[in-house]
Amino acid sequence: MENPRHWRIRKQRYALVGEVCPHCEAKIFPPRDVCPNCGGEAKTQFNFSGKGTVFSFTVMNDAPAGYEKNLPYAVALVKLEEGPIVTAQLTDLGDQPVQIGMPVEMVTRRIRDDGDEKGIIVYGYKFRPAMSSAQ
Amino acid sequence: MSDVVIAGVGQIPVGEHWDVSLRSQATRAVLAAIKDAGGLKPQAMYIGNLLAPTVSHQSNLGALLPDWSNLTGIEGITVEAAGASGGGAFRLGYLAVASGFVDVAIVVGVEKITDVVGPELERAIAESTDYDYELAQGLSLTGQAGLVMQLYLHEYKAPREAFAAFPILAHENAVGNPFAMYRKPINQKAYDSAPMLSEPVNLMDMAPYADGAAAVVLTRRELVPESIRHPLVKVSGSSVSSDTLALHDRTDPLAFDAARLSVEGACRQAGILPQDVDFFELTDSFSIYAVLSLEAAGFAPRGEGWKLGQDGTLRRDGKLPILTMGGFKARGNPLGAAGIYQVVEAALQLRGEAGSNQIPNARRALVQNLGGPASTAVAHVLERVNG
Repeated sequence: MENPRHWRIRKQRYALVGEVCPHCEAKIFPPRDVCPNCGGEAKTQFNFSGKGTVFSFTVMNDAPAGYEKNLPYAVALVKLEEGPIVTAQLTDLGDQPVQIGMPVEMVTRRIRDDGDEKGIIVYGYKFRPAMSSAQ
Repeated sequence: MSDVVIAGVGQIPVGEHWDVSLRSQATRAVLAAIKDAGGLKPQAMYIGNLLAPTVSHQSNLGALLPDWSNLTGIEGITVEAAGASGGGAFRLGYLAVASGFVDVAIVVGVEKITDVVGPELERAIAESTDYDYELAQGLSLTGQAGLVMQLYLHEYKAPREAFAAFPILAHENAVGNPFAMYRKPINQKAYDSAPMLSEPVNLMDMAPYADGAAAVVLTRRELVPESIRHPLVKVSGSSVSSDTLALHDRTDPLAFDAARLSVEGACRQAGILPQDVDFFELTDSFSIYAVLSLEAAGFAPRGEGWKLGQDGTLRRDGKLPILTMGGFKARGNPLGAAGIYQVVEAALQLRGEAGSNQIPNARRALVQNLGGPASTAVAHVLERVNG
C-alpha cells in the first residue's frame, strides 16, 4: 500500500500541475523546487494546458507488475505545448497509427490496478489524439 | 600516486542459478578472485548490487557477504547505481586503494534475479526508472530503450535491421567464453524474426537478465605478492558521471551526455584519447545503447554509430573490438554484477588469458558501465603493466 505517495502527487496526476520559474519563466513539470533551466528557486504553481505532441513512443508487450491488464499499451514521450516532456500512456487510439509529431491531449484515466479487492486503483494522466486533429 | 592494480579476478558462469543463493554466488566469485591474487587478504569489500533488497528481500550485503566469505570484521559497503552498480563499486574500490586508506580491496558484483519470476522481476528492475513519473505510466527499462530507439530511427533514418550487427557480434564472441550464458551464434534471420518487446526493440536487441557474480582484488603495485605469476593490470583512468534519471527530463535523449563525460574524464586522467585504446567494453544492455555509447565516446559522428557495426570495425580482428567476451547480450546481463564482469573480461584480455577470444597485443582497454539510459555512466581505462 502506497496511499500517502499517490495522495502526495495527486495534483500532478489529475491536473498536470507543475511550476513556473519566477526568474526565467521556464515551465517545469513535474514540480521540482529548483529550476532545471536557470537553477533558481521555483515554487510558483503552474497549470499545464494538457496539449502537446508525440516526441517518441513505444508499444509495450511486456509489463511490470500492476500493468499487465493493459497489454499491449503505447507509452510516449509527450512534448507539452509549454516545453517540458512527460512520459505517458497513449489511449483512445482506435485504428490510428501513432506517429512522432502527432498532436495529443491529456485525459484522466485508470493507470494502475493493484489487483485484489484491497488494492488501490491509481488514476492519472494519459494522452489521446487531439480532438481537433481527429475530426 | 602509486599505481592501483588488479591483482586477481574471479567469476562464476552467468545464467539461471536456481540452486545457488545470492550469498553463495558472491562467495564463489570472491574466493576465486582472492586465490587468483595469491591469497591477498582484503581490508574492505565494495559490493555492486541492484536487486537484493527487492528481489531477495535482503539488505546490508556489506555485512552478509564478508561474513559468508570468512572475512568478518572488514569494511563492507554496497553501491547501488542501477545497471552501473558494479562499475560504481569498482570506482569506490579504486578510490579507497588510491587514497592509501585501504591497501587491499575486493570489489564484487552480484545479482540474483531468479528469486522471483515474471512481471514482479520486470517491476523490481523498472524501479530504477523514475518511479513516480516513468514506472507509474507502465514504463520499464525495455520501454525506455524503445523510446530512445524509435527517436533514433526517426531522427537519423537508420535502417532498423542494421542493429542486428550488435547481437550477432555479441553471440559470435560469447562462443569462446566459458562463463557466457548464450554460447551460440545467431544470424540476421534470427534478428529479423525475433518477437517485439517494446517497439522497435525486439528480443535480440535486449540483453537477457541473469544471475551472476564476479570479483576483482585491487591493491597498490608495491603490495603485490611475488608469488603472483600473471601480468598485472593497472587502473589508469576512472570517472563517473550522472544524467537526469528520467529520460523525459533530457532536452536531447540521444546525446548520452553522461557516457561522453565519463569517457572524457577517464581518458584525461590516463593521458590518452579514446582512439588510443585497443578495445572498448561498452554496455549493450540494448543494442541502441551500444550505438549511442560509440557515438558518445567519439568513435562515430552522431547518427552514424550503427554504421560501425556494418564493416567489421567492431569485431575481434577489427580496429575497435567491442563486447570481446560476448557483451551483455550473450554473456548475459547480471545487472549490478555486469560492470565487474566487464572489468574481469578486460583484465583477462590484457593479461593475454582470453583464450580463443584473445585480441593480439591488447595493452589498453576502455570499459564503460551504464545504468539505465546512461543515467549513470562509469568509465575506466585499464592497462597492462609492463615487465
